Amino acid sequence: MNNEVKRVKKQSMSTSKKRIINGTLKEIVLIVVSFIFIMPILLGLIMSIQPQSAIFSFPPKFYPVGFNWHNYEKAIQTVNFGRLTLNSLIMAVTITAGKVVTGVLAGYAFANFTFKGKGFLFSFLFATLFLPAETVMIVPLFKIMKQFGWVNTYWALTIPFMASATNTFLMRQHFKTIPKSLEEAAMIDGAGPMTYFVKILLPISKPMISGMVIINFVYAWNLYLWPLITTMDDNMKTVQIGINMLMAADTARNWGVIMAGTMIALAPTIIVFLALQNLFVSSLVRSGMKG
Amino acid sequence: MKAKKWYPYVLLIPTLVIIILFIYYPAVDAFKTSLYRNSVFGNRVHYVGLKNFIALFHDPEYISTLRTTFIYTIFTVSFTILASFLISLPLSENKKRIKIYRTLIFLPYAVSPAIAGTLWSFLLDPLVGQVNYVFLKVFGLQIKWLISTPYALYSIIFASVWKIMPFDVIFYIASIQSVPSELLESAKIDGANAFTRTWKIIFPLVSPITFYLIIMNLVSVMFSSFAIIDVMTKGGPGTYTNTMIYKLYLDAFTNHRTGFASAQSVVMFVLMAIVTILYFKFGQKQVHYE
Repeated sequence: MNNEVKRVKKQSMSTSKKRIINGTLKEIVLIVVSFIFIMPILLGLIMSIQPQSAIFSFPPKFYPVGFNWHNYEKAIQTVNFGRLTLNSLIMAVTITAGKVVTGVLAGYAFANFTFKGKGFLFSFLFATLFLPAETVMIVPLFKIMKQFGWVNTYWALTIPFMASATNTFLMRQHFKTIPKSLEEAAMIDGAGPMTYFVKILLPISKPMISGMVIINFVYAWNLYLWPLITTMDDNMKTVQIGINMLMAADTARNWGVIMAGTMIALAPTIIVFLALQNLFVSSLVRSGMKG
Repeated sequence: MKAKKWYPYVLLIPTLVIIILFIYYPAVDAFKTSLYRNSVFGNRVHYVGLKNFIALFHDPEYISTLRTTFIYTIFTVSFTILASFLISLPLSENKKRIKIYRTLIFLPYAVSPAIAGTLWSFLLDPLVGQVNYVFLKVFGLQIKWLISTPYALYSIIFASVWKIMPFDVIFYIASIQSVPSELLESAKIDGANAFTRTWKIIFPLVSPITFYLIIMNLVSVMFSSFAIIDVMTKGGPGTYTNTMIYKLYLDAFTNHRTGFASAQSVVMFVLMAIVTILYFKFGQKQVHYE
């Protein structure tokens, strides 16, 4: 009897010990992995404020030895980051607005109406789901831009990306979750489809739409290949291209200056992400887990 | 809904106009252009049938591009999926501390591929790069990462995994959290250890998400990787890190071989069509969330 109790006690002690070891191990893994993920941004930030003397010193520094804005001044002198940021902003805001508006309208059509050719139009649109035109179609798309006379303009940077299957799909799925009774009630009260859409459907879809706004903003801000080929003039380039211009301008690779430019290009999306992380994550997950 | 018949069509017009004008029309044009050859000087074009495709698959450089793309994609996607799944297990617990780790790990999602490339070029720099320094100290490796084989490819894979993983982790956490806890509890009572619970219960249950992520990662690695390569290696050393999208860009905008480039567009188009069909055929059936 006594032995039995001892045995059980010993066993439970060993499992609790195991649990503590497991927990500690888990914690260490998480700390290491989090560090790996944040490290590139952190070290880049440290490099960007490093004084000139510390930039080329070996071994490399893992902490700031001083603080100055010199690298940022130099980066802005070399590449017109003010103008480039403005271009990126115009491009990202316009694409986002366009994509959200077209997505909301088309999603409403697919979710709430029955009409001839619906099945065909649906497949027609969703066949493009994994066809990023800004990469696969660069050759013919660029040709069209030349025909339209849009090369080196904001039109080329924005118009071709103002609609997407993803956004339409997302809004369609969302509108389908809204009870039909709401629509019927609105109809009885004499509301037409437009009134119902503007006065009821859009206001209750606000969280969904804001999630879509930030996902699209980050996507558009981060575009690279298309702005690279459609803009010739340095004043039409975006911040993403600006970093590469900075690297090309300085053959000695002054990483302090390059990292300063990188931080300028990085700041908007990081700030948006940190400020709206929960909305971001939930909308992103909803966009993928579609039934 | 009772409305005028034309109503839904009007709602669809903006989307359809853009899709037709900027996706379908260019796609048709790429197919057409791929059957022609343009002279390097001037604008003379003549019909050559499938000769561009035949030349393409007889071009050793293109074959090596295909190989590079294949190796790069396989390594990046499989490592990203596996690592994301494993790290998502402890990250799925709902504790305050865990949420901080999550934020740190999610952050690269907001970073652009071009910036990912720049940051990793810096970290791997032979003089000032801290990651290079760690490799030097720990493994005694003295490497010019971006300009030597096979390290140039490793560098691109590092940057790509770092950039893509947060996306996968976000999805894995959400789907692991939706695994019913009673299921895991009862398995525990039946004596299933952590290993069995992970691979026999959790992993099969999140398989629809794994499938979705494989496709999404494939698309990112095939296309968004352009910026990473352009910033880090420019396809070098030599043509060692030329992927399909990078070669397409070079042939179209540097070498001005329009027909040849269009043939490459068509090849990528067909590949993506296969991916899309696979997705709709198997993905839709499997995904049972929401």
